[in-house]
Amino acid sequence: MIELLNINKKYDDKDVLKNINLSLPKGKIISLIGANGAGKSTLLSIISRLTTSEGEIIIDDKNIDNYHITELSKKISILRQSNYLNIKLTVRELISFGRYPHSKSRLNEKDNKIIDESISYMNLDYLKNKYIDELSGGEKQRALIAMILAQDSDYIFLDEPLNNLDMKHSVSIMKLLRKIVKEKSKTVILVVHDINFASCYSDYIVALKNTGVLYAGDAEKIITKEKLKNIFDMDFEIEDIDGNKICIYYT
Amino acid sequence: MLKKQHKILIILFILTIISCLLFLFWGITRNNYGYNIPRRINKIIAFIITGSAIGYSTIVFQTVTHNRILTPSIIGLDSIYMFVQTLIVFFLGTGSLVMVSGSINFLVSLVFMLGFSVIVFYIVFNGKKDKLFVTMLAGVVFGSLFGSFSTFMQVVIDPNDFLIVQDKMFASFNNVNVSILKITMLILFLSLVYGYKNCDKLDIMALGRDISLNLGIAYDSVIRKFMILICIMTAVSTALVGPITFLGILTANISRQILKTYKHSIMITGAILLSIISIAFGQFIVERILTFRTTINVIINFIGGIYFIYLLIKEGRL
Amino acid sequence: MFKRIIILSISLIILGGISLFIGVSDITPLDIFQADSDKLHIFFISRVPRLMAILCTGMGLSIAGVIMQSIMSNNFVSPSTASTMDWAKFGVLIAILFFPGATLKTKMIISTLFAFFGSMLFVQLLSLIKLKDPIFTPLIGIMLGNVVSSVTTYIAYKYDLIQNISSWLQGNFAMVLQGRYELLYIGVLMLIIVVLFATKFTIVSIGEDFSKNLGVNYKLTVTIGIIIASIITSVVVVTIGSIPFIGMIVPNIIRIIRGDNLKNNIWEIALVGGLFVLVCDIFSRIIIYPFEIPISVTAGIIGSIIFLYILLRGNKHVKKTA
Repeated sequence: MIELLNINKKYDDKDVLKNINLSLPKGKIISLIGANGAGKSTLLSIISRLTTSEGEIIIDDKNIDNYHITELSKKISILRQSNYLNIKLTVRELISFGRYPHSKSRLNEKDNKIIDESISYMNLDYLKNKYIDELSGGEKQRALIAMILAQDSDYIFLDEPLNNLDMKHSVSIMKLLRKIVKEKSKTVILVVHDINFASCYSDYIVALKNTGVLYAGDAEKIITKEKLKNIFDMDFEIEDIDGNKICIYYT
Repeated sequence: MLKKQHKILIILFILTIISCLLFLFWGITRNNYGYNIPRRINKIIAFIITGSAIGYSTIVFQTVTHNRILTPSIIGLDSIYMFVQTLIVFFLGTGSLVMVSGSINFLVSLVFMLGFSVIVFYIVFNGKKDKLFVTMLAGVVFGSLFGSFSTFMQVVIDPNDFLIVQDKMFASFNNVNVSILKITMLILFLSLVYGYKNCDKLDIMALGRDISLNLGIAYDSVIRKFMILICIMTAVSTALVGPITFLGILTANISRQILKTYKHSIMITGAILLSIISIAFGQFIVERILTFRTTINVIINFIGGIYFIYLLIKEGRL
Repeated sequence: MFKRIIILSISLIILGGISLFIGVSDITPLDIFQADSDKLHIFFISRVPRLMAILCTGMGLSIAGVIMQSIMSNNFVSPSTASTMDWAKFGVLIAILFFPGATLKTKMIISTLFAFFGSMLFVQLLSLIKLKDPIFTPLIGIMLGNVVSSVTTYIAYKYDLIQNISSWLQGNFAMVLQGRYELLYIGVLMLIIVVLFATKFTIVSIGEDFSKNLGVNYKLTVTIGIIIASIITSVVVVTIGSIPFIGMIVPNIIRIIRGDNLKNNIWEIALVGGLFVLVCDIFSRIIIYPFEIPISVTAGIIGSIIFLYILLRGNKHVKKTA
């Protein structure tokens, strides 16, 4: 479980996050939703120690500052939104960096097995010997997700992982995330913009608004007309299709 | 009624006059004026030419490249100048540099420098847009290539001969290349007339390629014309007083700061006046007051360089 | 990979052999076998040290270049395009000024401190500005280098040290003698350290967040990298003088063929670096034989031509993927 206590964050005197107290349950897919500028990405990068802030972050009963840097990388992994990869590495080399926290650069058989597994999870077998600077945006994104999978951490943070991906790959990645949560009891925390991906795939939802947490709870309790209206300041229709709540907001 | 900017320009103009007069008359006595005054007038003319060339070319260069911390002298044109001088000595012997008149020497160098920039420009640009930084880095590298070639020739020719020539070749504010005053004055005058006529285009080009094309300015070909103009002016100032990398950055940015205008005709005038003031006043301090043996080229580079770092930090992103 | 390394090693041995037997006084391999004492003397006092100095310089500068490129995530930085070399020269000047009669070692230490300080400053500046274009970084580096050299020239001018300092402006192997070049072996030590930390440097080159995610201490690795690059640069500046572009072009040539994973390409970078300087030095010695051109001139000419090729080619590459 991850607990956040009194998190505050300012950029140049402007509050980005104020007084965040939150606990995120283990073994679930957790979506962060909210309007632009609500602080989702900032919150994600604070929890994953990329950005510093006031307050305390406790991961599995231990303060994040008390983890050794390598231990922490086995505990949590993060993929941010924008990833310039101005470097000539093959896809497999990139993915094998995911094993760095475990084995440094001396990869053993187990590492190689996990790397190959991640490659085939993400359907990258046909690309694995290509250089990443020759890939399209979507292929790069999949390679990066594969690296995060190879890192094999307990908690996985993803900031808009569906960026750059077409519908087919978006759906297959969300399915894959659900699978690893179930089978390997990982915890996935992600920022998504498409409310329906949040609704269909997440177990738990945290809604941010105006630098604070507006709602946090099980997905079915958050995806309601009233709450969505409060979160986004617009009207939603919610239809039940095959047990999934689909939000309609285009008209 | 005068606008605020015009007032500032007038003040700058007065300061320019004062610094030139200070330089001209300080320490003049009845005994030495016949010797000193003509020499000092020559120098002041050189300062005015150099200041104008640097002020104009830096502002235009910064507008065209859409950033405020670069200067055209980084392209390495001074190496080309040195290269041409070395070539003349290499093929025609030591006597020739003295024999060939200053004007012809300068014109030959100018043609080479222009040819060089056009070649760099075309090789790199090759009709494509958004390649300015590559062009500049290529220019820097070409510059160092020619620098190496010059050194190579200097190693090969008789070292004693070379020492004599080197002294003649190294221009500085202390050692103004007086033989080319007239020709540079003419060239600079023509360029400035053309340059000022096209100032309004720059106002729009500052907004970027897309907007300029939309407003009917043939962006790429106009840039090319301005680049040639910049090259001529850099050649003029290098030949007269040697390379001075950072003066332009200093004066161009101060001019932008105090005048706060988008109008290039005003900005450029400000930069030109500021450049002349810095040179004349700086040279006055160094030569008359401090009586340093060193040139102000180094001091200007130092102060300008510090300012450059300050700009880098202040501007944050470019 | 091993095949290429073997080919490179063999060419290094052949060219190294040739290099040993070029020079004003005629020494043939036969003399060595006959143990002609005069010639053996020259051989071991001058020729062998020269070859060793060449190899260490080439390897060292290439390694310094690739490390700087990794930690700044920019293919165009190197000791000569990120002001490191200018700072090192400045350090030498300060050493001469304040510690007259300083030994090579003292000069090297002071010069390293300056090179380190200057490169850290450059890295800090880079982190303050979000550059749109990677080409911009070397331009800033070169301009900063100009500022530093203008201060160096100014001080040297004031204290009549111009002649003294100009021997550091131009790299030259002609002065290498036994007892005056051994500091260069530090470069080999640095190579070993880089090999040990190769993966760390590659991860750092991808970015700060990326490194943090994998548990690599970004700042520490960057600092170590700069220390390594500064030491190498200063050692070369103090013993040989400055040589432009090697740190920039050698890694880039290898990168085009082998990619950016330091673990795979570090040996080839080192070997090609040695080979490059060796070839430049042979040219320097035969082109106006029996005289000699400073290595900085030969390397400057060959280096800038290759630099231009990489610059213009790399550009096409960017265009393609954009």
